[in-house]
Amino acid sequence: MQNMLTILTSVFRGSLSKNGSKVVVSARTYADFTPQASFDIKKCELHRLEQGPPGEAVLTREDGLRYYRAMQTMRRMELKADQLYKQKIIRGFCHLYDGQEACAVGIEAGVNPTDHLITAYRAHGYTYTRGISVKEILAELTGRKGGVAKGKGGSMHMYAKHFYGGNGIVGAQVPLGAGVALACQYQGNNQICVTLYGDGAANQGQIFESFNMAALWKLPCIFICENNKYGMGTSVERASASTDYYKRGDFIPGLRVDGMDVLCVREATKFAADYCRSGKGPILMELQTYRYHGHSMSDPGVSYRTREEIQEVRSKSDPISMLKDRMISTNMASVEEIKEMDVEIRKEVEEAAQFATSDPEPPLEDLCNHIFYNEPPMEVRGTNPWTKLKSIS
Amino acid sequence: MASLRCFLRSGRNAVSVILRREFHKTSPAALQVTVRDALNQAMDEELERDERVFLLGEEVAQYDGAYKVSRGLWKKYGDKRIIDTPITEMGFAGIAVGAAMAGLRPICEFMTFNFSMQAIDQVINSAAKTYYMSAGLQPVPIVFRGPNGASAGVAAQHSQCFAAWYGHCPGLKVISPWSAEDAKGLLKSAIRDDNPVVVLENELMYGVPFEMSEEAQSKDFTIPIGKAKVERQGSHITLVSHSRMVGHCLDAAAVLAKEGIECEVINLRTIRPMDIDTIEASVMKTNHLITVEGGWPQFGVGAEICARIMEGQAFNYLDAPAIRVTGVDIPMPYAKILEDHSTPQIKDIIFSVKKTLNV
Repeated sequence: MQNMLTILTSVFRGSLSKNGSKVVVSARTYADFTPQASFDIKKCELHRLEQGPPGEAVLTREDGLRYYRAMQTMRRMELKADQLYKQKIIRGFCHLYDGQEACAVGIEAGVNPTDHLITAYRAHGYTYTRGISVKEILAELTGRKGGVAKGKGGSMHMYAKHFYGGNGIVGAQVPLGAGVALACQYQGNNQICVTLYGDGAANQGQIFESFNMAALWKLPCIFICENNKYGMGTSVERASASTDYYKRGDFIPGLRVDGMDVLCVREATKFAADYCRSGKGPILMELQTYRYHGHSMSDPGVSYRTREEIQEVRSKSDPISMLKDRMISTNMASVEEIKEMDVEIRKEVEEAAQFATSDPEPPLEDLCNHIFYNEPPMEVRGTNPWTKLKSIS
Repeated sequence: MASLRCFLRSGRNAVSVILRREFHKTSPAALQVTVRDALNQAMDEELERDERVFLLGEEVAQYDGAYKVSRGLWKKYGDKRIIDTPITEMGFAGIAVGAAMAGLRPICEFMTFNFSMQAIDQVINSAAKTYYMSAGLQPVPIVFRGPNGASAGVAAQHSQCFAAWYGHCPGLKVISPWSAEDAKGLLKSAIRDDNPVVVLENELMYGVPFEMSEEAQSKDFTIPIGKAKVERQGSHITLVSHSRMVGHCLDAAAVLAKEGIECEVINLRTIRPMDIDTIEASVMKTNHLITVEGGWPQFGVGAEICARIMEGQAFNYLDAPAIRVTGVDIPMPYAKILEDHSTPQIKDIIFSVKKTLNV
């Protein structure tokens, strides 16, 4: 159905540009959708930059549907993870991303698939945008062998090509990301690294160490602070002497971006990516965003903030609603179409959850594997001296 | 005095080799090489061999290395391959790990391993564990190297031995070379290894020359990680050691030999994975075991060796409890007399051997 829409859209696009008249197709009728529209987006606050990203973004129908599908899939996936956690099918740490979808999707839209990305532990959304299926993500959360890390990593340790996780130690991923950028520069491949961290991590010393080296060596690194206003239970005002996270790079130019608007994030990311690729060195983006859930599944999220605040963001700034409203108001998509997509997505996530619940746990033979890479099989001591376990690469 | 030490350290009588006329086989063109130069050669050869290899750390480039181990490399390879970093261990160790994840093969130098404590999270949580956590998706081919353990007069914060700390962690390989051949062969293996390797060098050994065989002079000479070497054959007692203490054991063995006690001296070479088989075979022959290390006793390398001997077949061959000779359980003092009494001296090894053999 999607393909048919695309074909029809291009037919209409073609005829519209010729003589502006409507074309009626005798098969299933679709109102002619607007192929693209331009939207005003919030201007970014700038630090050490003369000019910022444009105040206007063009969205094509195709892209809009793609972003919608991605964000809605991430939303439903996280809500499903919430459900599975409450049923005790997911255990341990589970940090959910719902509310912040525009960040992950907008960033991915602003860079190439061959660029690199690394983030902290609130990583399920990025694992998805970097190419891993919902099925493999949920199965990793439930600790099954069909998970992206065969059940051995869990929520915070998922990896993909050019995606370096998923990192549990707050702030440690930032020097790693700068290192990936160093490798890009070293190899001369014109790729960049997007290195994410939160408002809580923003005060970590190693982040400033990374800023220093990245600026000194002009590493092609986009540092992005996802400011969701709370580092666990501590609001930004209680944690940081300066909450202007986009300025904290000091000698590194910065942008403050509306992280609830996928187009804003996309345009800012494109701007930042061009900056890095031109060899000017690193750049910093602060995405102002919000998480609906608490810090993790063990945090109800209402002891340090009010339910009213959460409700207000949900009703006024939800990234998915914002995109949907834009698409519908400019006739780039229909309500029915979106509803159908929602149904499809729900089904996809439900099937993924089914798989994640029914797939077997990793076999015990896998316990000691993957200690070393490219190594002959070796022995690993078990819990007692008589138990010798096998480890293969 | 230095040449005498050199003879003792080379473990064989160099003089007799020169005097003996050997026409039936070609005599090896041996060379005297210091540990420092051996490490330098290893890095030079590997930098030349693989363009993904690069070195970063404090003062490694324009200063030629704080201890001159990287002398000449910046001049030869330039800014891209030999990188001076600011004094930010956590940051640059993390950057090195990230670069390894993205396809390069970094050598991350810590000026001493004491400073690696600032970066230890990156070594353990970002480097060592990642291949396992990703179930094989993300290897980390990185080398962390630098001087470890006691130096001379540098006091408590600059003298700690980290063999036990790093040796504790799965996902890491930990090597501890003693001789120049060890240094060259093991460092080359470490650089070629696709996994995180911690190379514990020793500052006091940097200037010590050793005979380097012709084989070791080759650009492809490597020593396998995970294999210990019997430096001296003996039948009465096994001495197991690593790094500088191997020399002390050989010196003690030379003294004891005059009294008719023949010590077998094993150079561990690798802390993790430990070659317990070589130790067991030796203990089954000599029936006595002493471990010798510079580090502190509690939870140390010797403690691990003794535990493994107890758990294995060699236990039944012991005629006396296995014991450890270690550094004194104190922070390292400064005054020379105190410092000298803080790590094992040759007389401590001799004393322990005689106690164990009950002579």
